[in-house]
Amino acid sequence: MTVAGLAATFGSGAMTNSIDELESTDLILATGTNTTENHPVIGAKVKRAVRRHGTKLIVIDPREIDLVKYADIWLRQKPGTDVAVFNGLMNVIIAEGLYDKEYVAGRTEGFEALKAVVAKYTPESVEKISGVPAEDLKKAARMYAQAGRASIIYAMGITQHITGTDNVKSTANLSMLCGNVGIEGGGVNPLRGQNNVQGACDMGALPNVYPAYQPVAGEDVRKKFEAAWKAALSPKPGLTLMEIMAAAGSGKIKALYVMGENPLLSDPDLQHVAKELQKLDLMIVQDIFLTETAQMADVVLPACAFAEKEGTFTNTERRVQRVRKALEPPGEARADWEIICGISSRMGYPMTYASAQEIFEEIRTVTPSYAGITYDRLEKEGLQWPCPTVSHSGTKFLHKDKFSRGLGLFTALEYIPPNELPDQEYPFLLSTGRVLYHYHTGTMTTRARGPVERCPESLVEIHPEDAGKLGIADGQKVRVTSRRGTVEVKARITEKSAPGSIFMNFHFTEAPVNFLTNPALDPTGKIPEYKVCAVKLEAA
Amino acid sequence: MDTKITVTIDGQEVSADPGQTILEAARSQGIYIPTLCHYSKTTNVGACRVCVVEVENARSYVASCCAPVTPGMVIRTNTPAIRAAQKMIIELLWSSGDHNCLTCEQNGACELQDLVYWLQIDKPRFPIEHHGYEMDNSNTMITRDLNKCILCGRCIRACNEIQVNEVLDFANRGSYAKVGPAFDADYIDSSCVFCGECAQVCPTGAITFKQAKFAGRPWELSKTRTTCAYCGVGCQIDLYTKDNKIVKVMGNRQYGPPNEGSLCVKGRFGMDFISHPDRISKPLIRHQKGEAFKEAAWDEAYAFIAQRLAAVKKEYGPDSIAGLSSARCTNEENYVFQKFLRGGIGTNNIDHCARL
Amino acid sequence: MSDTFILNGKETPYTPGQMILEAAKVGGIEIPTLCYLKGSTPTGACRICLVEVKGARSLMAACSTPVTPGMEVFTETALVHQARKLNVELLLSSGTHNCLTCEANGNCRLQDLAYFYKITDLRFEEKAASDIYPKEDRNPLIVRDFSRCILCGRCVQACNEVMVNRAISQGYRGKESKIVTGGDLPYHESECVFCGQCVEVCPVGALTEKKAKGLGRPWEIKKIRTTCPYCGVGCQQWLHVKDGKIVKVTAVEDAQPNMGRLCVKGRFAYDFIYSEERLKTPLIREANGEFREASWDEALDLVAEKFKEIIKKDGPDAIAGVSCARSINEDSYQMQKFFRAVIGTNNIDHCART
Ligand code: SF4
Ligand code: SF4
Ligand code: SF4
Ligand code: SF4
Ligand code: SF4
Ligand code: SF4
Ligand code: FES
Repeated sequence: MTVAGLAATFGSGAMTNSIDELESTDLILATGTNTTENHPVIGAKVKRAVRRHGTKLIVIDPREIDLVKYADIWLRQKPGTDVAVFNGLMNVIIAEGLYDKEYVAGRTEGFEALKAVVAKYTPESVEKISGVPAEDLKKAARMYAQAGRASIIYAMGITQHITGTDNVKSTANLSMLCGNVGIEGGGVNPLRGQNNVQGACDMGALPNVYPAYQPVAGEDVRKKFEAAWKAALSPKPGLTLMEIMAAAGSGKIKALYVMGENPLLSDPDLQHVAKELQKLDLMIVQDIFLTETAQMADVVLPACAFAEKEGTFTNTERRVQRVRKALEPPGEARADWEIICGISSRMGYPMTYASAQEIFEEIRTVTPSYAGITYDRLEKEGLQWPCPTVSHSGTKFLHKDKFSRGLGLFTALEYIPPNELPDQEYPFLLSTGRVLYHYHTGTMTTRARGPVERCPESLVEIHPEDAGKLGIADGQKVRVTSRRGTVEVKARITEKSAPGSIFMNFHFTEAPVNFLTNPALDPTGKIPEYKVCAVKLEAA
Repeated sequence: MDTKITVTIDGQEVSADPGQTILEAARSQGIYIPTLCHYSKTTNVGACRVCVVEVENARSYVASCCAPVTPGMVIRTNTPAIRAAQKMIIELLWSSGDHNCLTCEQNGACELQDLVYWLQIDKPRFPIEHHGYEMDNSNTMITRDLNKCILCGRCIRACNEIQVNEVLDFANRGSYAKVGPAFDADYIDSSCVFCGECAQVCPTGAITFKQAKFAGRPWELSKTRTTCAYCGVGCQIDLYTKDNKIVKVMGNRQYGPPNEGSLCVKGRFGMDFISHPDRISKPLIRHQKGEAFKEAAWDEAYAFIAQRLAAVKKEYGPDSIAGLSSARCTNEENYVFQKFLRGGIGTNNIDHCARL
Repeated sequence: MSDTFILNGKETPYTPGQMILEAAKVGGIEIPTLCYLKGSTPTGACRICLVEVKGARSLMAACSTPVTPGMEVFTETALVHQARKLNVELLLSSGTHNCLTCEANGNCRLQDLAYFYKITDLRFEEKAASDIYPKEDRNPLIVRDFSRCILCGRCVQACNEVMVNRAISQGYRGKESKIVTGGDLPYHESECVFCGQCVEVCPVGALTEKKAKGLGRPWEIKKIRTTCPYCGVGCQQWLHVKDGKIVKVTAVEDAQPNMGRLCVKGRFAYDFIYSEERLKTPLIREANGEFREASWDEALDLVAEKFKEIIKKDGPDAIAGVSCARSINEDSYQMQKFFRAVIGTNNIDHCART
């Protein structure tokens, strides 16, 4: 997603800059990120920048998140109208001549096309689409353009739309327009949700690329990996997660091997997913708990938790860091890599690593951006890739004098409305996300005393106006229904979301919000539209 | 910082940056000056004054954490008079609350205790004040016992300046002064988000980690540095363990980026799942659809999988097999997983939930 | 083995005459103790080791109750825990215990037990300061702090049964009880020979090493095992070291030859290491008869040159070496090898004959 959007624009998809730089930059534009809840330590840095360094803060978010308290300007757009808002910002900046002409001329391409498209998105027209007052949009545009060094941070609020890739490209457009990519304190910075999403991508756990984003369809690349792995490799890109599910349903996929994932709580339109998985001949799940998904498996393999094994994680700023063993695993649980090796060897493809470090040594030989990283070097502090040689000190920010793809590519984008908008039958707009005290499908945090004490159950956030009309009281059980399913959950009356919008988290098995969500996908990133679907509400 | 300036500390010529405090200049030379309220990268408040030094020609002792060096300054950190002053300060702090380390969870990791030991104080000269504050036991994560609070203000600065959660502040004045959330609320009823930073920085046993109580004394714990298993920030954490259990999770400022010692509630208090009884500890096999799981030995599970996968591959081809890798597993595991599917099975059907 | 008893519901073998404590240990069950001193007559003074014995009227002290055939013993019942906790609380109130100023902090059995039994407040009033014998801090090696003494008697056992110096015993009665030397004199005026075995076994902060005060807390020190540099017994000892300095010396338990004992030299006489008179550089005598400091290179060059000169002039047997009986084996071996192989003489001896 992020990878696709940013790779098209810059030539590589990752946080361009470092977390640390946020604290001393001139302006932060936070959009689609509830930073203080989902990346709290980065949230603290943003707040520190504002309070202690005088950094300006623009928040673009449909919900009144915590950061709004610290913001100079808050643009509250209707969910799913991000492309329009960004086009509007660029419209003002170009119309008023505030963009970085030298940078645009020297380091980018596609500007004229962009200019032509954004010209249509005047603040007034954007107000109609997004609900953002034209004056606020202008103020924000000027503030961003005139700030000096400006950093954009975003998260799932940008990517979880059918226009997710477009949204990502929009942030990149704006950043390049003002010469903010390739400088310290600037950049386009996706805050990745899970501890090792970055690493999983870097390692090639993607259907179209080998480690370090080397395309499986590339003949030379494939030859290289065939030689390194001593195996014949398929030149055909594989299926993405959502496609795998569909193919399981249609009988094309017969066997599924799942390592540490819980698609039965995290995927959209759960009823459907469960049916698809039931069709498999063989499902293998390795995990630390008997998750919803594991319960459906044919074989379940007990795995080590992170504190029970050695290895590395790569954080959102491309920093490779060590994971170390502090505890013995329960019973006969084994490290995931050991299990994979065990299966592979029995299938006639022997993998016999003695340690995680030995695997890492192999990774270095086939992953140029990791070539200079060693466990020894990681002992004191993590290293940020690209780190091509052992004497290289890692890369704080990317695209310094040149983009990975040469010139930065502006993409002219039109606004496309979300796939499913409220109508008479389903009058509310549902967004999903996380809360501070929990994480993903809750397998870990719902088994921790503190977080459970603070947030014991799923809640649906409803605006007091709507609650009033429907006669729903705080704490009352309500039924939320979409075209795909129904979930019962307690109401929480708050002004965080705008009237007409409701918000639920996806952490709890008891209220699986993904029975409701819409599986419509972004065509490039194949990410479902978790941030917008239409539902109706009634007291239960 | 343009030019260095020279000062003399304990008879030793020291070069310092203009604007540096006396404390920083001394510490950079390995000269020890005790501190309590000082916490680097937060405002220097000079509240406890245990860092006093003598500065030639100054009218009184100077709190070294607040005073900048000036060219030619002559500083003494270890004269008998300074030690006497420090003793007096520590005795006052000690007698301002109830301190019996026998029943204090901070015993062995307490900066007040360290200084009592370092200054070899046997007994405070002043009568002990018994405030009789109620303990804040309102939640499962953080315990507060203000009877041990020395009003250094570190928790307040950590909450306001480091985490910017803006929960804690001083209330009242003089000997009624106390620290805490607005309206003297217990933590659970305040706007606290349980990052635990205040407990991490508290030099005494006034704010402690509740789940660590009676789970092991500091000297019995082993410490392992690792990376948080939750979000993509990748905070560096120290797991403190005893008897194969996590006792507490701490940040460590010495590790530097990305988190400079700070954590959030998930990294700090979200680790119970590791020793949860729900953990699976043996391979489970369902031999026929619809049957219940049976526990199996590893070899049996491997053989079952290998045989079934081989059969599927033979009948339907490698692209009928897919794998879901995990954004929560290590790089090494993701690498081996995709290598297995590509090299061992022969398919590129591999993805993970980065998209979700 | 026909003799068995029932330990927490499990049939467990024992040897006749064995106490419950020891038999349980063999059976894999640890029972906490305070006054019990391995190898000495059990006194049953502290009553921390209480266990439930089926049919007995009260809880029994495991350290001093012999096992009988078929006896049913329970070590972890709620009753047992309550009783032990109560006894810890009573012991705490028999003196004053604020670990803030106690040299035993971090190395104290009583503190360990208070933590284990989760004691948060003191249920009983502490003994009044006026009822406690004053601290004895008059000799250079051992501090006696009666406010911490729980009258467990381990020091007495150690002095009388382990070292057989018979310098101390239980004195007075009731509230006046005190561990006394003959005539209740201070240690340095008594029969005490300062082996420090009482300090070694004292489970609390009542007897401490005076020189260790302020040098480092237990959790700050590193323990290094070595062999005493004094006499030929070769006692095994732990050097407790902080910042490159010895804090104190203790004996290695359960190891030959000393089995946890030390004498005054091994325990207390390490100060020479820090003597100002230690040689710190090579010294060479000048023509005027005075020493001057020299570098290693200069000194080694000089010695080698002189040796070569003498060998050349008067032959190797004109040189002799005196090795050292306090050196490590490796040094002695090298010394003789050097004389025999390099110099070419057997003129090598050491002070074993003197
Ligand atoms: S806060 Fe420190 S000095 Fe006070 S009782 Fe606790 S450990 Fe002892
Ligand atoms: S836990 Fe965090 S938010 Fe709560 S009072 Fe402490 S520092 Fe502030
Ligand atoms: S609670 Fe702790 S950190 Fe806060 S003022 Fe008191 S002693 Fe200092
Ligand atoms: S401690 Fe919190 S902010 Fe840091 S990595 Fe863990 S979940 Fe993220
Ligand atoms: S003897 Fe033990 S319990 Fe008593 S004060 Fe000393 S350390 Fe604490
Ligand atoms: S001095 Fe120590 S060993 Fe002796 S009786 Fe008292 S507490 Fe026990
Ligand atoms: S150990 Fe048994 S009574 Fe003390």
